[in-house]
Amino acid sequence: MFLKFSITKTIHDWLFELMPAGVAGVVEMILIAVVYLLIFAVAGLYLVLLERRVAAWFQLRLGPNRVGYQGLLQTMADALKLVSKELTGTEKADKFLYNLAPYFVIVTSLMALSVFPFSEEFQAFDINIGIFFLTAISSIGVIGILLGGWSSNNKFALIGAMRSGVQTISYELSVGLSLLTMVLLTESLQLSEIVAVQKNGWLIVQGHIPAVIAFVIFMIAGTAETNRAPFDLVEAESELGAGFHTEYSGMKFAYFFLAEFINMFIIAAIGTTVFFGAWLSPFGITDSIPWLGVFWFLGKTLLLVFLMMWFRWTFPRLRVDQLLRLEWKYLLPINLFNLVFMAGLIWLGLTIKF
Amino acid sequence: MERILFYLLSIIILIFAISAVSSRKMLRSVIYLLFVLCAIAGLYFMADYNFLAAVQLTVYAGGIVVLMIFSVMLVHHIDMEMEVAGKTKQALTAALCLSGVVVFLIAIYQHPFAIVPTQNTITVAEVGTLLLGYQAGGFILPFEVISVLLLAVMIGGIVIAKAGKKPQEKTPKS
Repeated sequence: MFLKFSITKTIHDWLFELMPAGVAGVVEMILIAVVYLLIFAVAGLYLVLLERRVAAWFQLRLGPNRVGYQGLLQTMADALKLVSKELTGTEKADKFLYNLAPYFVIVTSLMALSVFPFSEEFQAFDINIGIFFLTAISSIGVIGILLGGWSSNNKFALIGAMRSGVQTISYELSVGLSLLTMVLLTESLQLSEIVAVQKNGWLIVQGHIPAVIAFVIFMIAGTAETNRAPFDLVEAESELGAGFHTEYSGMKFAYFFLAEFINMFIIAAIGTTVFFGAWLSPFGITDSIPWLGVFWFLGKTLLLVFLMMWFRWTFPRLRVDQLLRLEWKYLLPINLFNLVFMAGLIWLGLTIKF
Repeated sequence: MERILFYLLSIIILIFAISAVSSRKMLRSVIYLLFVLCAIAGLYFMADYNFLAAVQLTVYAGGIVVLMIFSVMLVHHIDMEMEVAGKTKQALTAALCLSGVVVFLIAIYQHPFAIVPTQNTITVAEVGTLLLGYQAGGFILPFEVISVLLLAVMIGGIVIAKAGKKPQEKTPKS
């Protein structure tokens, strides 16, 4: 196995100096796992806060601003409250699957998080099928939702889970095809190489018209894949209670909730990596300071996250038939045409490179 | 380290494969099957067949298992349990499985396994050029045949879906 761990070489070298190679490898793996779990928890909690503040801003309210400076500790307090709550369940639920479902959702999003190049060195797992791995992992996440809906023995939860399955399977296709359009430009699936290609201009500039079309489709399909409004039929409050997680309480509910926000972060991060040059600074203004890459990556990702929140608070929810028509009758043909268009552009050498 | 991982994955595959066929709750056996498929993908990752592993995850874990879960959710209620087969059937299945195991063991122990000194990761570009290559060792013909087959299957699916609807439209009028 060639796992390429490259989180700051200094720590790596220091660990291997300090102890024998076998022990150092294990210690390094544990360290990386802890770091990513921390990122996961902190990002999840603060994205929830961000969502609430953005929602308040859109509705001309203030939002949470009492706990800590500007409400910075609000979601921490919420998480503590959720930990202390009782875990309830339905009488005839399939207990094993019911308890397993949240972990499916959490583990898949955690695995997806590990491949992103946060900066040149800060990338845990630079696998040579990067993007393909991401789509593969995200197709497993839906199993957690399906299981949670079925095993909680509740009709609303079951309907919510079914809707989620239909939606995710359909929109996965659009996410995959729009990313494939960009892969034509990069000629590689490895995320570090995709970033390296963008040193001659970000891909959205290199591929101009088809790249912009692909980006729009990617953002629509990505929003749908994370089950967020306007595509949140899965948990349509007016029809289904809370949808697939109606029967979940306390920390198990929080797992679903956190995973939803991390999935949004993941979609935004894929968008940043593939379209906006990941950790590369605009016009290379901070190329001499490599660690600033994290700042640029997070900045671009948070901009895309803000875009997705903007969608949520401005568009009304779609009906199921509208949702499926949008995917199969509009996005998919446009996507296929766009793929051919992009191939033609590359064949004729019409891409823009600095 | 690699050896530990290999045995761990093998144990996972064995345990969950057996529980997949012996569980009496349908959705649980589907989930056990999912674990088996994921562990096999792990074996591919260990052998550095990254592309194959990702295909395994997308097609089997993400596609087929989701389809199975869907069909179970549509036809199966949570209270239902599968019936236990009769004694003769059990004995017959056990005998068949054992003969299969014996054949596999004989084949494995007779095969002269060669140790490959250098490992090289197969990249997606190599897979792509081989898949569409028309020179010796290329797979363009099977690739195209499979795509024609898939097209036929899709058209067949649409025809079946449309055929079911027509009588429903006529009944309210008559």
